[in-house]
Order: sequence, then C-alpha cells, then structure tokens
Amino acid sequence: MASLIPCPHCGSRPKEEFVVKGAAIPRPAPDAGADAWFGYVYLRDNPRGPYDEFWHHTSGCRRWLIVTRDTVTHDIYASRDAAKIGEATP
Amino acid sequence: MRFSALSIILNGLSGNTNWSAHWRRPEPKPDYDVVIVGGGGHGLATAYYLAKIYGVQNIAVLEKAYVGSGNVGRNTTIIRSNYMLSENNPFYELSMKLWEGLEQDFNFNAMVSQRGVLNLFHSDAQRDSYTRRGNAMRLHGVDADLLDRRAVQSLYPFLDFANARFPIQGGLLQRRGGTVRHDAVAWGYARGANGYSVDIIQNCEVTSIRTSNGKAIGVETTRGYIGCGKLALAAAGNSSRVAAMAGLKLPLESHVLQAFVSEGLKPFINGVVTFGAGHFYVSQSDKGGLVFGGDLDGYNSYAQRGNLATVEHVAEAGKAMIPALSRLRVLRSWGGIMDMSMDGSPIIDRGHLDNLYLNAGWCYGGFKATPASGYCFAHLIAKNEPHETARAFRLDRFRRGYIIDEKGQGAQPNLH
Amino acid sequence: MKPYRLAKGGLIDRKQPLSFTFDGKPMKGFSGDTLASALLANGQQFVGRSFKYHRPRGILTAGAAEPNALVTVGQGGRSEPNTRATMQELYEGLEAISQNRWPSLAYDVGAVDGLLSPFLSAGFYYKTFMWPAAFWERVYEPIIRKAAGLGKASYETDPDLYEKCWAHCDLLVIGAGITGLIAALSAGRAGKRVVLIDENAALGAYLLSESSRIDGQPAATFAGTLVAELEDLPNVDLKRATTGFGWYDGNVFGAVERTAGHVAASSGPTLVGRLWRIAAKKAILATGAEERPLVFGGNDIPGVTMAGAMRSYLNRFAVAPGARTAVFTTNDSGYALAADLEAAGVDVAAVIDSRVDASVVYGGKARLVRGGYISDAHGGKAVRRVDLWREGRIERLDVDSVAMSGGFSPVIHLACHRGGRPRWSDAHAAFLAPNGLTDLVLAGSAAGISGLAACAASGLAQAAAALADLGVTTPPMAVPKVEHEYSPQPTKPLWSIPGVKTKAFVDFQNDVHRQDLGLAVREGYEHVELAKRYTTNGMATDQGKLSNVNAIGLIAEARGVSPADVGTTTFRPFYTPVSFGALAGTSHGAQFQPVRKSPLHDWAAKNGAAFVETGLWYRSSWFSRPAEKGWRESVDREVLNVRANAGICDVSMLGKIEIRGVDAAEFLNRVYANAFLKLPVGKARYGLMLREDGFVYDDGTTSRLAEDRYFMTTTTAYAAGVLTHLEFCAQTLWPELDVRLASVTDQWAQMAVAGPKSRAVLQHIVDADLDNLAFPFLAAQDVSLFDGKLKGLLFRISFSGELAYELAVPAGFGESVADAVMEVGKVHGIQPYGVEALNVLRIEKGHVTHNEIDGTTVPADLGLAKMVSSGKRDFIGKHMLSREGLSDRGRPQLVGVVPIDPASSFRSGAHILEKSAAPTLENDQGYITSSCYSPHVGSVIGLALVKRGAARHGEEVTVWNGLRSELTPARLVDPVFIDPVHEKLHA
Repeated sequence: MASLIPCPHCGSRPKEEFVVKGAAIPRPAPDAGADAWFGYVYLRDNPRGPYDEFWHHTSGCRRWLIVTRDTVTHDIYASRDAAKIGEATP
Repeated sequence: MRFSALSIILNGLSGNTNWSAHWRRPEPKPDYDVVIVGGGGHGLATAYYLAKIYGVQNIAVLEKAYVGSGNVGRNTTIIRSNYMLSENNPFYELSMKLWEGLEQDFNFNAMVSQRGVLNLFHSDAQRDSYTRRGNAMRLHGVDADLLDRRAVQSLYPFLDFANARFPIQGGLLQRRGGTVRHDAVAWGYARGANGYSVDIIQNCEVTSIRTSNGKAIGVETTRGYIGCGKLALAAAGNSSRVAAMAGLKLPLESHVLQAFVSEGLKPFINGVVTFGAGHFYVSQSDKGGLVFGGDLDGYNSYAQRGNLATVEHVAEAGKAMIPALSRLRVLRSWGGIMDMSMDGSPIIDRGHLDNLYLNAGWCYGGFKATPASGYCFAHLIAKNEPHETARAFRLDRFRRGYIIDEKGQGAQPNLH
Repeated sequence: MKPYRLAKGGLIDRKQPLSFTFDGKPMKGFSGDTLASALLANGQQFVGRSFKYHRPRGILTAGAAEPNALVTVGQGGRSEPNTRATMQELYEGLEAISQNRWPSLAYDVGAVDGLLSPFLSAGFYYKTFMWPAAFWERVYEPIIRKAAGLGKASYETDPDLYEKCWAHCDLLVIGAGITGLIAALSAGRAGKRVVLIDENAALGAYLLSESSRIDGQPAATFAGTLVAELEDLPNVDLKRATTGFGWYDGNVFGAVERTAGHVAASSGPTLVGRLWRIAAKKAILATGAEERPLVFGGNDIPGVTMAGAMRSYLNRFAVAPGARTAVFTTNDSGYALAADLEAAGVDVAAVIDSRVDASVVYGGKARLVRGGYISDAHGGKAVRRVDLWREGRIERLDVDSVAMSGGFSPVIHLACHRGGRPRWSDAHAAFLAPNGLTDLVLAGSAAGISGLAACAASGLAQAAAALADLGVTTPPMAVPKVEHEYSPQPTKPLWSIPGVKTKAFVDFQNDVHRQDLGLAVREGYEHVELAKRYTTNGMATDQGKLSNVNAIGLIAEARGVSPADVGTTTFRPFYTPVSFGALAGTSHGAQFQPVRKSPLHDWAAKNGAAFVETGLWYRSSWFSRPAEKGWRESVDREVLNVRANAGICDVSMLGKIEIRGVDAAEFLNRVYANAFLKLPVGKARYGLMLREDGFVYDDGTTSRLAEDRYFMTTTTAYAAGVLTHLEFCAQTLWPELDVRLASVTDQWAQMAVAGPKSRAVLQHIVDADLDNLAFPFLAAQDVSLFDGKLKGLLFRISFSGELAYELAVPAGFGESVADAVMEVGKVHGIQPYGVEALNVLRIEKGHVTHNEIDGTTVPADLGLAKMVSSGKRDFIGKHMLSREGLSDRGRPQLVGVVPIDPASSFRSGAHILEKSAAPTLENDQGYITSSCYSPHVGSVIGLALVKRGAARHGEEVTVWNGLRSELTPARLVDPVFIDPVHEKLHA
C-alpha cells in the first residue's frame, strides 16, 4: 500500500489513518430484484489491476472515500468522496 | 524409485548420482480427460487422488510457474482440525486423518509433526467460545482439551504471565494439531501423481478458457491449446481471474497474508501457539526457525508482498505473547494471496458449465485442508457429486443463505 | 601460524584496550575492533560449527553477510543468539559464546554427521525417517531438532527499550561508502533534506579498509573529511549503525538503528533500538557489492577468507591472516590484497588467477599463477595446504590462510523488495537491479560500477538526477582523484572449478555443497526456487548473500543455460535480520494496547470494584465487601439488592452516538430493521440493526430528544463499528439525507440506576417529576439536576427487567454525580453493581448480548422476528433476509435452560443433546450461549441457541460438556426467567 492516501478533504494523509472496506459498488434500488441484491452483497470482480474501493478516513475527517487503487502495484490513482459514487470516475 | 532405507544407503554409496527425477517434464498433450488448473497443493493432491482412488488415467496439472509456487509454500505450515461448525469440522478432521497417513501413502517424508495447537484465551467470553468449539470437536471425535492458566503455564512457562495487558486465562489445545514441512506436501503429491502418469506441466499459464454448448472444451495456455474432458480449477488467489475466463463471477476477494521466519534457534517452542489478544501464531520448524504470522494486510492484493505496518503489528503481538522474543531476530517476511470467501469457508462445487469444477475460497484454511480438499475435489470430479464431508461447500449457499461463518463476520472477506 | 595483530597500523585505538571472553577464554582487543577482528587478533580463527555437518568454521567475511561467525553475546534477557561477530563492535567485558556445538567448539559430538554425509545429501530428509511410521515424532524429529538450529535463545524478558519514528526527506542515501558520501554531500550542499544511513557505526564503508589514496589523503582520512562536512550541514541527517532492511510501497524504507553499542549487565533499561520508517521523495542505494566466494573443495575450512575481508582485517584492524597466504581470484582485486599483505610482511605463496589472459600488472614479490585454480584446501580446524590445479596437474602449496575472490555481486536487495526481478548482465557478470524502478536508483558498485573514482562519479550523477527531478540543481563538485587502485573489473565468472575432490560449499551455514545442487537439478528441482527449497541453499541467516549467485551459476551450468535463464530467488525483507524488540517498539507487556477508563473508573475503584479487561476498557466486574468469601457471593448480593432495592452500575462504555438532521428519523428507519419513523420526541426505542446480509449486527436503544436530535447507544464492543457503519450509510448510500453523526461516548458518564427504589433515589437529584405518568417506561429526556446546577440525560430503560433508568451526565461530573446518587440512595439501600451482576440480571430477563448476536443469528433466531418491519420498503438487511436458509426450520432459536436438579450446573459453551442421546455431531442440538447462577431462580440458568428451540419449551435435554466430562440433565424453558409480563418495567 502506498504510504499516503490522498483524501479529497484533508490532503495526503498516512494510510494508517484509513480503513478499507472493499469494492465500491453502488447499492441496488430496493426493488432491483434478487439477482442484483445477491450480486451486490456477495459477488466481486476482484480484478488484478485498478480497482475502486471504499476507504474510510477513520482517523481523519471520517468521510468515506472511493479510492482507485491498483491491486498489483498498490499505486493509488485517484480518490473522491464516496457521496459521488453515482458519478463517473474522473 | 521408491524411497526406502535401502535406497538411501545404495544411493549414498554410489555418490547420489542415480536418483531419478521426482516428476517428469512432459510436453503438453493435445487433450486430457481432466485438466486441473493450478499446480499447488490442492491441484496436485486432486490429481493424485483422482488417479489413485478413482483411476482416472489421463490427467494434466497446469502450473503457471513451478510446482508448489503458490500458497502451499508460503504458509505457516500449521495443520489442525479445531473447527466449530458442523459443516467444517468433519471436513478438516478428514484432512487431519489423511495427514496422519500421508507420508506412508505417498512415500515422501513431509515431516508431519503433531506437536499440538494451543489457542490462548484471555477473557471469559473467549473461554466460552472455545468451550463451544472444543465441545463441537469432541462431538465429532476430534481431540480437544480446555486448559486453565496453570496448565498453559506448565506447557509454556515463557508466555507473558507476569505483565500482560490481557492476562492469559487458559487455552484450547488440540494435541493432534501440528505442523508439516509445507513444500514437501506439494513435492510429495507431485511425485505421487507423477507415479500415476499425471502430466505436471510447469511454466504453463492458462490465458483463456474455450467453451462450447455449455461445456468447457479446452484452455489456451502459454504453452499452446490443451483440450479437456473436464476442467477443474484450483487456482487459490487467482481463482477469480481464472473463473472469469469461463464467465463466472465468484464470491471471493484476493488478499495478501504475510508470514515470517526468524533466525534458526535451538528448540525454543514445542508446539503451535496462537495469541488470543492480537493476531499472532507461532511454531518452530525442524530447522530451528520460528515460523509465525498474523492478520491480513486488509486490502485486495495480487502482490505477494506486504506492508511494514502489518509486520510491526505482528511483532507487537508476538512480543506481547512471548516477551523473550524481543532479542530474537526476524529473518524474512513474505506474502501469499489468499482466496478469501464471503463467509470464510471454502467452495468445492461444480461451476455453471457442465464439466467445470471449482475449488476455491480457502481463506486461511488452505494448507491444512490440502489432503481433504484434493480428496473431496477428486471425488466430485470423478463422480459428479460431492463427497459427503464437503457437501456444504456449495457455491449456491450464498444465494440460498446457508452461510458457513465460523467468525460471524458476514460478507466482508477481510474480516474473516 | 594463526592470525595475529600487526605491531602498527589500522584504525583501531591502541590506547584503549578492551577485555572480552570467547567461550570463557579471556582475550584482548582495542576500541575500534569488531568482535571478529579481535578474535582474529587473538589467533581465534575457528569460531563456530556448521548447521548440518557440524564442520569447523572460521570467520569468512568482515560484514553483514557473515554466515559462519555467529555467536551468542550478552547475558540473561540481553542475550542475543546468532550475533554476527563481524558486525558486533567490541566492548569492554563482552562475553561471546560459540554455537551449535556440544560439549565444546573443539570437540563436537554432532561432527559425526560429517561421516554420514554420503547419506545426508540434499533432500535426504524427504526420503527417509518414515519407517516405522510412529518414529518420526518420537525418535527422529527430536534428534533432528536438537541438532538443528543455531543459537540458544534465553527465556528471560528483555529489560531494554525500543522506539519507533518516522523520518521524511527529499533524498535518502543508503550506504556511506564513497558513492553514498559523495551523493549525500552533493545533495546536502544543494540544501535539500538528506538522510544518509549506514549499517556500520563507523562511516566510510570500504574506504576504511582501502590502501589507495584519494585526493592525496589516505582513503579513510578522505572519508572522514566528507563525514565532517556532512555533519556540519543542518539539512543532512546522518544515521550510523542504521540498517535499511526493506523497501515498501510509497517509497517508504524500513530501517533499524542500534542506538546503544552495548549495555552493561548492571545497567537499567536502556534504549537499544529505534525503528525508522523513512518516507523519501527520492532514494539512492549506494549499498556496494558483495564479494563472491569460490566453490573449491574445503573452501569452508577456518583460514579461508573472502579476499576483501582479509584486506579489511589487515588494513583497518591491523590483523594479519597468518604467515603464508594463497590468494585465489578471478579478478584484479586479489592483487590489491596481495600487495597489502606483502607490505605488511605476510608471505604471499601465490596469487592464483583463474584468468589465463589476465593483464594486471603486479609490482609485488608473490608468484603469479595465471589460468590456475585452487581445487581443494586441506586442514581440519585450520587450513594447512591447498591443491593448486593447473591444466590437470596438482601442485601442493603449504599455507595457513587462503583468500578468495570470485567477483562481485551488487547489493540490490532493497531494489527488489517491491516485486521487480533482477536482471543478469553478462557484461557485469552479475545480477543488476530491476528495470523500471520509480524514485529509487542505484549508484556506485551497487549499480555494477567498478573503481572508487567511477563510484564517486556515479554518486554525483545520481544525486544530481534525483534532485533535478525535484527541481533543484546540485552545485558543481569535482570527482576525487584516486591513486594506486586495483579496480575489480568484471570478468568471466567462475562457477565450477576443475579438479575438486572434496566438499565444495556454496551455502556455508546450511552446508549446501556443489553436488547438492546437481542432485536437485537431476531430481526435478531445477527451478531456482525449487532448488533453494530442496537444498536449503540461501535459506540461512545470510539469506544467500554469499551463496545465491554461485548457486544460480552452478544450476545454470547443470542445465546448460545462462544465469539469465535461471533467474534469482525472490529478494524479500529483511536485508539483515531485525529483532522483534525493534519491530514491536513500545507495544508489549502492559503497554501492548492502550487502556480506556470510564469517567466513573475512579468512583468504582473507591467503592471496591474488581476490574476486568473488556476490549480496551477496564470495566468494574463486582464490588466485594469485607466479609465476602468469593466473587459469587458479591455478585449474588448485588443482584438481589437490585431486585429488592436499587443498584448503580457504570455503563459509560456503551457506545453513544448523537444523530442530528432533518432526515435523522428517515435515516434511522433505514438503518434499523424495526420502525423508527414515528418515534415521538421524549421517547426511547429498542433498535435492531442488521448487516446487509440479513444477520443481526448490533442492538441498543435510540432516543429522540428533539425533532431532529437523537441519542443512540450501542454495545460496548461495537461502538466504533456501528458509527463507521452509520457513516457509511449516511455518506455513501443516502448522501441526499440531511443527517450528521458524532460519537459522544467519551463525553458522557452514564450510570444505570435499577431496582424498585430507583425512582425514589433519582427523584432526590432530578429536578423533573419522575412519577410513572410523567416519566413512563421508555421516556427519554434532557433533565436538569441538583436544582438546575447540572444538565443531563435521563432514559427510563432497563436491561435488568426492573424499574430502571440510565442517567448520563457530562463526563467530568460523573464521579461527583455517582457519589451523590450513592449518598441519596443510602436510605434506599443502594449498592453499586458490576458487569457480572448486570449479566446475571439480563440473563434472568432473557435479554441478548453479543453472546447471542454472534453474527450468525437472524432476528427470528433470537425471538425478535416481530421487530422486523414488514411495511418498510427498504432497510439495511431487508433484501437478503428473505433467503430460504435464513428461515430454515432447522435454524437455532433462543431458549432458556435450567438444570433438572437445581443443585447441578452447566457452563456456557456446553452443547445440548436430546435427552440421553449419544454425544455425536449428528445429535448436536445447539449450545449454551450464556449462563450464570441466578439467585432469583435458585439455580444455574442459561440461554441457548437450540434447533427449533422456541417450539421445544418444556423438553428435557442433556447439557453435555465433554471438555469437562460434565453431563447435566436440563429442561428447555422460556428464555425470560423473571417477570414475563413485564410489570416491573412499567411500575
């Protein structure tokens, strides 16, 4: 893991301030159906390469972020506030 | 060549120049009845049992690097069957029984050493949880003993009983648990499978899976196309990638787990001890190194290397458990890619294609499961129905809600 | 003749003699010695035994790669096994003990292994010790374990101290040889923040051993000049005795600093190690090169030494290797040694150069042999002679020491720690660092460059390049002029040496010899990683620093390919071994984790509480009274007193979250499984929180204190987790909702006041009317206390099943308010009670905790199915809850359990079987989740999760605890043992 994670609110901060949750997948609509919900809760792309993940700036601003990170090099390409999950990756 | 006392002596006297290769280096054939993707412990064990027990003759194991290059050679060598849930416990106990007869079976000394696995507890709640687990083990005839503080102290007087932040109250001991020389497991199965004419094809990475009419008909590899009657995936941390080649998305994440070894020491700690107040487990190899590990680094990763912060956490827990570790030195750290499933338990099941078989989701349990995993996977491939002890490891259990969650952490792999 | 100290020369301080012992034998050295140089000066070349064959071994190197000279230094908790004598500075009173021998170094029983060596080839363990099957653990393995290992560890506690730090810099330079010093100085003069680290206490690296002159000065003096200027630069941080052990993501380097050379046995706790994480914008590896041994027979006999090391001992430590030395080399560096030896009066029997066409001009007296090899060295505990092999003929040379140089391998370890693969260079006859490194470059001999001047130029160039990337120009600096240098130009490597008759070692410590590698290849272990694992080559404490490249060369020859095709094994941290102590820092013992104390901790302590660790908290478990004989007696009294009078309990460690916003009600309605939209202001409600997978996550009460203001309590264990979860929901799932969250756990001291007289007690201090109508069950309000002197929060909620309240006051007032409650409660018989009594009270009432909410139970399992709203369109967990497995009729359900015989008992964790059923997994019905002695019921009672339990009330069962050989006939009952119609709550 990169030693610093760019937080859109706090700037670059040590990774020790953050906690990772996992794949940044949008939550389906309540009536999306069983397949959509099953996929959301249980299935993962688990790619080798760039990946959008939820990270929580636990010891900082306590905002949830979407961090685009490479699962091989561990490089971080981008981060944004997770409230923007509906928007396209910049 | 069968290993025996006589073969050692005769070869020794002739300068050890007559030993033959433990496995051939075959060129891939155009097709096989069964193609197993993954030449690690599970893939090789599967091939071995498939050939030996089920008489399947035309098997290939495809390995992208070298025999045993993945997690079978990157773990902390612990074997145990101290599982709590009825879906897991009989399976891991089958594995333990297979470990107990393995070396005689495949004629290779894997140094199976039942030195005991002791899980420490530090609170009433942990004690109750281990009581539940130990009793579940006993119900299945698995050995388990609940030790009080004094009994733990007599076994391991050098644990921190004097100044601990979380005083040790006792421990759950499985005497039949222990350690195995991990690489030798891969080699023993490879040599055994080779003896049944299994083709072990190294440096052969699968790049795509060819399907037709709902069946897998072959795989493209870095060594050319190989046709298959049945396709079995045992790709551990790379399971998601291989399954994706067949259009299948799995309930898995790949995570890095570090392991460590210290400098060699004269006998220091006899069995396996796990800390209950932090992530740390340790044993000592026959060679003298303390072999130990801790928790996942936490983030998805395909890089077989970890982070310094995790190294520090492991050392902190280690010294908290055994103060005398302080002046001992850590020699080497490495990382393996765990196929972490969404409930912490494995999958041994048929896939969405008629002739596709899955063996994945081993989390931390992969090494100790090796024999039973191969045994049950071979049964499934040969008979098209699950082995009785692996019946619960279905892929559709997530969709149907038959979750096997030892830790109760839910659908977040890095918490298992 | 043995090695000896020269009468003059060297960088040792002869005015400061030091006494030390080796295996109890008193010896003398000087300040500036390493233990190795001092041992040699005392004629002690034989210092250890090898791992497998227990062969006598001497000091091979003068640095970090030493595989042989490992000793145990220090006593008691300060004892350090496997200390490299070559890296240990000598100090007064040092006691070194040799290792891996019994009963003594000179007479070692384990040496018998050497006689068995024909049968102990690589991998022999895997082929044998299998008959009879039971003998492995009982006979063979104990013997192997005893024979294996190196030093013996102490079980005593280390008295010394460690700490951890971060450092940040523009440029990190690792290695303070000529390359690193020049690079650091150049960047330092440019004003950038520079950190220069070196594993040795004395900076200068090989400059301290050089006989060449630089800029007209002795090399060591030149190094001193550079160091002096670096020390004067405020922007340069020199860290001596600091080993960079790993390169991690984000250009962070791990390094460990040995802050005290040694600690006298009588000293108190002393800071001995400091772990550095150095975050560098740019880094230069100036780590030099490792000289490679030559693989001839008997190359491990004491007296055979690396040529560069011999030169170090000679020039830096003024120790001559003996009277007559043979130098065996593949490159020009051997000539530098020969010249220095001759200058020091040592007879050089021959300089044996494997190159027929070597063109180096040598001015000394020694005989030069071109195109020759040492095929075997002979001797037992010291080398006596060598076989000089040339064109098939053997000539015998009597010598007492041998130097060897097989070329140089750049020290590229750290550059490979992040997954890059080293690449073989035929031109350098070595593996070089991977391509494509970012923010890290190699310079000097670490980059395969030969010669001091060229290294200096490389250091300058790389510093300039690194700073240019940072937008800074380095001021011009001249490359120093070097005189009298034999530059070790790369030459054709020499793997297999012809004519070898005896064991030729590749990995000295692990006793891997040439034939072992050939055997591994023949047996199918030709991949370099397999060969390593099969033979253990490179797995010793030096991690293959000396052995790996030779092994790769030999494997390449055996396979008929180039070393490029064989490749290397993976370089991984740690460059050299790092102690647990340094990695753990201050986190161990009682300081392993921080302590959290409730604002009522001192109040509880003065009232006689016994404390128990609960996560990071210390919670009061019970309050014993003088006459009470055991904890049970105290707990029973506390429970009965709550049921009869009133009790006060510290519940401050429950998680407390304040929730505000226009949409707070909607938000809560979505995060709880039960309805929250219509909770009125002034009321509390029990809430059940699920995970998205439908299983119960946590429970607690949430109170609506105002239209847009809520106060949520969570369980102690999940306080942090619930807040994080709520933030996730608010920020990522429903960012459109106006809701704000804040943890207020530490802001409030909270006490439960429970029991039939609790109203009377609290009415003394609460200003508002607490009458049942005015403040009914589940009332929750801001209240004023003590006639308006203090504001607090009062909740009429009950975990015990009694009339009960929870009172929250600002944390700083907690203790005085609790004191006041005790004071006014005296007449009502109030007593403090702890978590043990709290637990009894809740089990009696059938309330669940995380013993039951264990992450695998759904609401219906806990009898809470009715709480799950069927009307809500969405809430966390709704969509997975309908899966068939979550309503399977075989699922466990919460029940109560009582023993048939009230005098008998059972414990939590015991399993439940049908009455008289055999104890098998198939017959397992469930298990006891919580149990206690209930003074109300008059027996042990329990809660349990039992298959179809809700429908089995009244059934006789067996409670089975095989671990304790306990079998208790019992009955399944309703889980509510007290006041099933909840009259007390509403009283």
